[in-house]
Amino acid sequence: MLTLLGVATVVVGFAVRLNPLLVVTIAAFVTGLAAGLSPVEMLEAFGKAFNENRFVSAAYLVLPVIGVVERAGLQERARALIARFKGVSVGPFLIGYLAFRQITSALGLTSIAGHAQSIRPMVAPMAEGAVEARTGELSDETRQDTRAMASATDNIGLFFGEDIFIAIGSILLMVGFLAASGIVIDPIHLSLWAIPTAIVAFVLHAGRLILFDRRLRRRAGA
Amino acid sequence: MIKLSAVYVLAGLVFAAFAVLSALDRNNRKRLGNAAFWGLVALSFLAGDHLGNLGNGILVLGLAGIAGLGLLGRGAPATTSAEERRALAERFGEKLFIPALTLPVVVAFGVLVLKPVTIGGTPLLDPKQATLLSLALAAVIAVGVGLILLRQPLISPLQEGRRLMDTVGWAALLPQMLAALGAIFALAGVGEVIGELVTTWIPMDARLTAVTVYCLGMAGFTMIMGNAFAAFPVMTAGIGLPILIHKFGGDPAVVASIGMLSGFCGTLMTPLAANFNLVPAALLELPDRHAVIKAQIPTALPLLIANTVLMYVLAFR
Repeated sequence: MLTLLGVATVVVGFAVRLNPLLVVTIAAFVTGLAAGLSPVEMLEAFGKAFNENRFVSAAYLVLPVIGVVERAGLQERARALIARFKGVSVGPFLIGYLAFRQITSALGLTSIAGHAQSIRPMVAPMAEGAVEARTGELSDETRQDTRAMASATDNIGLFFGEDIFIAIGSILLMVGFLAASGIVIDPIHLSLWAIPTAIVAFVLHAGRLILFDRRLRRRAGA
Repeated sequence: MIKLSAVYVLAGLVFAAFAVLSALDRNNRKRLGNAAFWGLVALSFLAGDHLGNLGNGILVLGLAGIAGLGLLGRGAPATTSAEERRALAERFGEKLFIPALTLPVVVAFGVLVLKPVTIGGTPLLDPKQATLLSLALAAVIAVGVGLILLRQPLISPLQEGRRLMDTVGWAALLPQMLAALGAIFALAGVGEVIGELVTTWIPMDARLTAVTVYCLGMAGFTMIMGNAFAAFPVMTAGIGLPILIHKFGGDPAVVASIGMLSGFCGTLMTPLAANFNLVPAALLELPDRHAVIKAQIPTALPLLIANTVLMYVLAFR
C-alpha cells in the first residue's frame, strides 16, 4: 500500500499547482523510498529512465521552422485565407480537420500533423479567422476557447484514428501481451475492432463542434 | 544505418544554441536560468549515454530545481512586429504555407518511401525509429526551404525556435520526466497494487459489471499513470483476461482493442498526459493550463460510456 504514496504525491502536487517538474521528482523519490530503494539507487533509476526516454523531447526539433514561418507572417496569412471563404464556419472547418487527422492516422501517418507543426501555425489561426469573419474582433475568452478546441480536435483525431493502423505501438503492445498470455491474435483484428469507436468518436466530437460553433455565434450576438 | 543517436546530436546542438542565445539575451531578467535549463537539456542529448545513471539523475534534479525555484524566464529575441507580419503575409501570400507543409510531406516520404529502403541488406533508417528520424529530416529540410523561399536571416531558425521553446518553458520537459516516473512506478509495482485493489474490492459476478469496471478502470488508471500503455497490462491481467475473456468467453480482440481505446479516453482527461494536454496549452499561450483538458472532457466521457456499451454488445456475440 505504501507504494501508492507516490501516486498520491502526484495527485496532490498537481492539485495545489506546485511546479510539475518538482512534483514528478518528489513523487519518484517517495515511490522509490516506499519500495525500499535508497535515495541514490532511486536517483540512478530515475536518471536511467530519463535518459532512455530522450526521444520524447526530440520532437521539439520542428520549432525552428515553425518560428521562421511565423516571423514571416504565416499565422496572419492563415487567418486571412480562411476569412476569404465566407461560407466556412469554425464548426465545419474543425470537423474537416478532425476527419483529415483520423484518416491519416489510420494510415499510419501520425506524425504529419501535431500541436507544434500544424495547430499553432495554421489550424488555430484559421479557426480564429473563421470565427472572426462572422463575428468581428474576438474577445480573449473566445480566442482561448477556439484555440483549446483546435488542440482538443487534434488529440481526438489522432487517438481514435491511430489504433486502426496495424503497426502502431498500442496494437503491438496488445499483440505481445496477449501472446504472452497464450492467446495468439492477428493484429488486423485489433485494428478492425477499433473502427466502431473511431466512428462514435467522430460523430460525438463533430456534434460538439457544431454546438461550439453555435455557442460562439450566440455569444457574439448577445 | 541512420539511428536515433544522429537525431540526439542534432537536438543537442539546437538546444546548446538556445542556451547560448539565452545567456546573451539582455531583455530576459532570468537569462542565466534559461541558459542553464536549455544547457542541461543539450548536455543530456549530447552526452546522456556517457554521464552514467547517477549523473543523469543529478541532471534531472538540476532541471527540476531550476523550474521549481522559478528561475526560468521568457526570452525576448528580436522578431517582427504584428504590423510587419501583416505586411509580410500580404507580400508572400500562399508561399508562406510551403515550409510548414514541407514537414508533413517529408515525414510521409520518410515513413512510406525511405523506411523500406535497404542498402546491402541493412536498412537506411533504423526501422524502429523511422518516424522520429523522418521528422528530424523534415525539420532540417523545412528550415532550408523557409530560409531560401522567405529570405529570412540565417540566425532566425535558432532565435525563433528559442522564442517558441521559451513559450513552452519547463512544460517541454514534463513528458519525458513523466515517462521516467512511469519507469519508477513500474519498478515499485504500483500497477499491480492498484490492480489488486480493484479486483479485490469490486465484485464482478455479472458480465455488465465486469465490462464496466474494466472500461472505467482503463480510463481511471490511465489518468493516474498518464499513459494507457501502462494501464493496459495491469487491468487486462487483473480483469480482462481472467474474467471477461476466460470466465465470460469474450472475444479477446474486441476486449483488448476497446479496452485500450477506453484508456485513450482517460488520456484526454489527465494533466499527466502532458505532451497532449499541457504542452499544447503552453504552445497556444492559454492562461489556463488545463484549458485543453476542459475542452476534451465533454467528448471523452460520453465516448467512454459508448466504449463500455460497444464492448458489452460486440465482445459476447
